[in-house]
Order: sequence, then structure tokens, then C-alpha cells
Amino acid sequence: MRTLHIASIALLLIVAFGALFADKVAPASYAYQFREAPNASPSWTHPLGTDDLGRDRFSRTLYGTRISLALAPLAALLSIVLAAMVGGIAGFLGGWPERVAMAATDLFLCLPWLFLLLMVRSLLPLNAAPLTSVLITFLTLGLLGWAAAARVICTEAREFRISDVLLQARATGQHGWRLLAVQFVPKLRPVLLAQFLISIPVFILSEANLGILGMGVAEPLPSWGSLLRELDSLSSFAGEWWKLVPLGLLVMVVTSFQVLLSREDVAL
Amino acid sequence: MLKRLAIRVVAIVVTILVGLLVSATMVRMAPGFESDEHQLDAHLSPETIASLKAHRLANRKLASFYLTYIKHSVRGDLGYSTALGRPVREVIGERIAETLKICSFGIGVGCTLGFLLAFVTGMSRSSAWDVLVGGIASLFLCIPIAALALIFVLIRRPAGLAIAAVIFPTVYRYARNVLARTFAMPHVITAMAKGCGPIRVLTWHVIPVCAAQFMAIAGISVSLALSASIPIESLCGIPGIGQLALQSALARDLPVLVTLTVVIATITIFANSLSDLVPATVRSRQS
Repeated sequence: MRTLHIASIALLLIVAFGALFADKVAPASYAYQFREAPNASPSWTHPLGTDDLGRDRFSRTLYGTRISLALAPLAALLSIVLAAMVGGIAGFLGGWPERVAMAATDLFLCLPWLFLLLMVRSLLPLNAAPLTSVLITFLTLGLLGWAAAARVICTEAREFRISDVLLQARATGQHGWRLLAVQFVPKLRPVLLAQFLISIPVFILSEANLGILGMGVAEPLPSWGSLLRELDSLSSFAGEWWKLVPLGLLVMVVTSFQVLLSREDVAL
Repeated sequence: MLKRLAIRVVAIVVTILVGLLVSATMVRMAPGFESDEHQLDAHLSPETIASLKAHRLANRKLASFYLTYIKHSVRGDLGYSTALGRPVREVIGERIAETLKICSFGIGVGCTLGFLLAFVTGMSRSSAWDVLVGGIASLFLCIPIAALALIFVLIRRPAGLAIAAVIFPTVYRYARNVLARTFAMPHVITAMAKGCGPIRVLTWHVIPVCAAQFMAIAGISVSLALSASIPIESLCGIPGIGQLALQSALARDLPVLVTLTVVIATITIFANSLSDLVPATVRSRQS
């Protein structure tokens, strides 16, 4: 298991390095069109061939990885902040605020995730500029993905509310913000971190689903979702294996996250 | 028991009402709500255009809009699809059967496979088997549902199997954990030590303990299947409500989309309530 963990960390580091230095590593810009070579097979010039518009697939995969890997954690951070506010405050206060917050959370959770995403995404402009579409996609993910985490955080906050630690802290004169900063936030930190890490692969997969359905990041900006749209034109696995590379990369990255999340200290 | 049932019924009704209110707000707040494209039709008389405007303006106040929306919904009038130009009820009605068919097939196959493999893992206690099946389940969990749908189109397998491929890993992982905990319980260890056969241990000592949790897992799978139906139906060309949801989203057909959301939420809550109530009923009869 230790070897698997090390391999997962190594893979994530390599992918993150490639994405971070895409400008240096990629043979061309993600939008540059090699008009003389559309739909080209892999070669030394184009390691993963080119797409219908003659854009280098390897370059697009690197830039797409950068967008997906940079923004999924940001969306996860946003959703965890929201979850901490809703779940943490509700659990800490208890009583009717907790009941109302948890009822709202339950209502949120009763909608299948993809349905909710699709509905809210459709209310926002679909023909937005590429950068705006990136922001819209990941903000939607972040703003809608808080409910499951809020439940867990609320349970943790409730346990803290009824614990002796709080009683002792109050007896020593800690109140208000000081109590929150010194006792409450450190107590919640491991749960927040675990929920944050759990959310990242969920958001990567959600962005990929939205992208394949044509509701994610707009062209010409690449993301894993928009790169996977090419699978739609695939006629066989063996014939054009290079088109499956972005999917393979996504699966490997998400699997690496899952392996790291299975570590007991994170799971706890 | 009756109290539990009443709470569930109230939860379903409240969800529908809140869902309708949220839906109504979304439709009301959507850009272009107060204008009608018919107002641009040069063939219409000024009186007709004035009448159309008056009709739109009558819905301007949010409170009256809510009440009208709910009153119409209660009567079964769910509005008109702006993209298809047909009543929403009719559009959803003719497609829901297809979705229910592939979802029930997917849930059936996915749950059966997930539970069976979890039972085999629990009974065999072979770490190699556990790693193998766990690895396959994890792999399926790491593939986006839409990509899974495309793969199933490519290998020419039924869409229901794609839904099963989405459900099986989740069911397997939950069921495996539940079974592992149950197999470690003192009464199960005692039964095995006394020489009970594997089938007897399973049917008499393990399943009765896990039944409620298994039902809960089956309840979750309904939500998973409905969620998966959007990309799977869209990419496999199946005329169900999943495909309709995507078409409505792309066409910003809000009346269809919000009604679908309420319908889906109701089905999900109903399934979860059922999976919660059935074991409770069995337990109360046993006691």
C-alpha cells in the first residue's frame, strides 16, 4: 500500500509539473492551428496527433490539465468554506438553526448532483467568453457542492458543542471569536481538510461530465471535459488510441487522489 | 411506525412545494421572462400584442406568480415547453417510461452484481479477490459517467448496462464495508466456530443484520441512476427524461427543466423513504 501511495504522489507531482510548465513543455499553444495537418496521427512533431482543427493534442492536454487541476481545488475550497459556514455554524448553535440548516441541506441532497448542476448551469449564459465559461463552470461546482460536506461538518461541530472541551474553555473565560479561533476552528480542521480532499476528484469528474455534454469550459480553452468530447467521434479503441490519452490521464489522476484519500489519517 | 410514515409523507409534500417555489422563482427570474417572442411577429394585430403584454405583466408580482404557478401545477398544468411548444406534462409523460425502464434495468443489474461480489468477498476473505474487485470498482468510480456512456456506445452494449456500471462500484464498496463489519460481529464468529455452513451464516446471521443498510444502499442507487441517465441517454440516443433534461438545458427551456427537477427530487425522496420504511416495518412486525 505504501508503494501505491508513493506512486500516486509521484504521478500527481509529474502531472502537476507538466501542467504548471505547459508553456515550456508544450510544442505549441493550445489554440494554434496546424492547418496543413488536421486529424494527424501521432508523430515526433505531434506526440498525440492533432484534432479536427489541426491543434496539437499533447499541448491541449497539458493546458487542459492545468485548467482542470488548478480550478478543481479552488472550487473545492469554495464549497468547503460554504459547508463550514452552514454546517459549522448550525452545529455550533444547535436548536432550530441546526434543524433549518440540515433540512435545507437534505433538500439540496435529494436532487441528483448532475441534474442540479445542469439546471443551474443552464440558467447562466451558455455562450460566454472562454475565460468567463471557466469561471462559471467552477463557481457553479463550488457553490453547489457544499451540501454533503456541510452534513459531516455539522456533526463534528455538534460533537464539539456538547463536549467537555467547550465547557472547560468557557470556564476559563474564552468567549466569542476567541473561542471560535482557539477551540472551534482547530477542532474542525481535520474534517475540513478531509472534505476538501474528497471534493477535488468529485469536481474534476463533474467538470469532465459537463464538458463532454457541452456545458463546461468553452472553446478554444481546453479542459479535461472539453478534451473528452473528442471521444464522441471515436470509431474504435484500437484505431485511434491516442484520443483516449486525456481520459487515461484523468482516470490516473482521480485514482491517485482516491488512493491518497484511502489513507487512514485522511479518512479519519 | 405511523409517525415515521407521516413524517416521510410530509417531507415529500414539503419537497414538492419548496421545489415548485424554487422552480417558479427561477422561471420568474430568468432573463427575458417578461417578453414574448410573439410580440415581434409583424402579422399580429396591435390588440393581440397588447393582450400578450398584459398577460405577461399580470405575472409580474412574485407572490401572485407563485400562487398561479402552484394552482396550475396542482391541476396538472405544468406549463408549456418554450423549445418544443408542447405541454410540459405531455413531453415528460411520453419520455419517463423509457428512463424508468433503463434505470430499473441498470439498478437491478448494478445492485445484484455489487451485492453478489460483496458477498463473495465477505465469504471468501481472500485479500487477492478483495484487491481485484475493489480495484475494478475504483476504476469505474474514476471514469466520468459521460465517458463511460461513450465507451458503452463504442462497444455496442445496452445503455442499461452503462447505468449498471455506474451503480455497481458504489453498491459494492458500501456493501463490502457493511459485510466486513457484520462478519466481525461476535454472534457471526460464534456461529462459524460452531460449524454453521456459509449459506446458513449468511442467511441467518449476516443478512438480517445488514438488511436495513442494504435497503439504504439500494435507495441511494435510484439517485445515482437518475443522475447517470442524463449523459447516458444523451450520448446513447435514448429518448428519456435524461436526454430531455440536457436538451432543455441547452435550449434554456426552463419550464421543462424545473418540472423535471421537481419530478426527479420527488422520485428520489420517495425511493429513499421506501428504503427506510421497509426495514422499519419488518423490524416492527418481528418485535
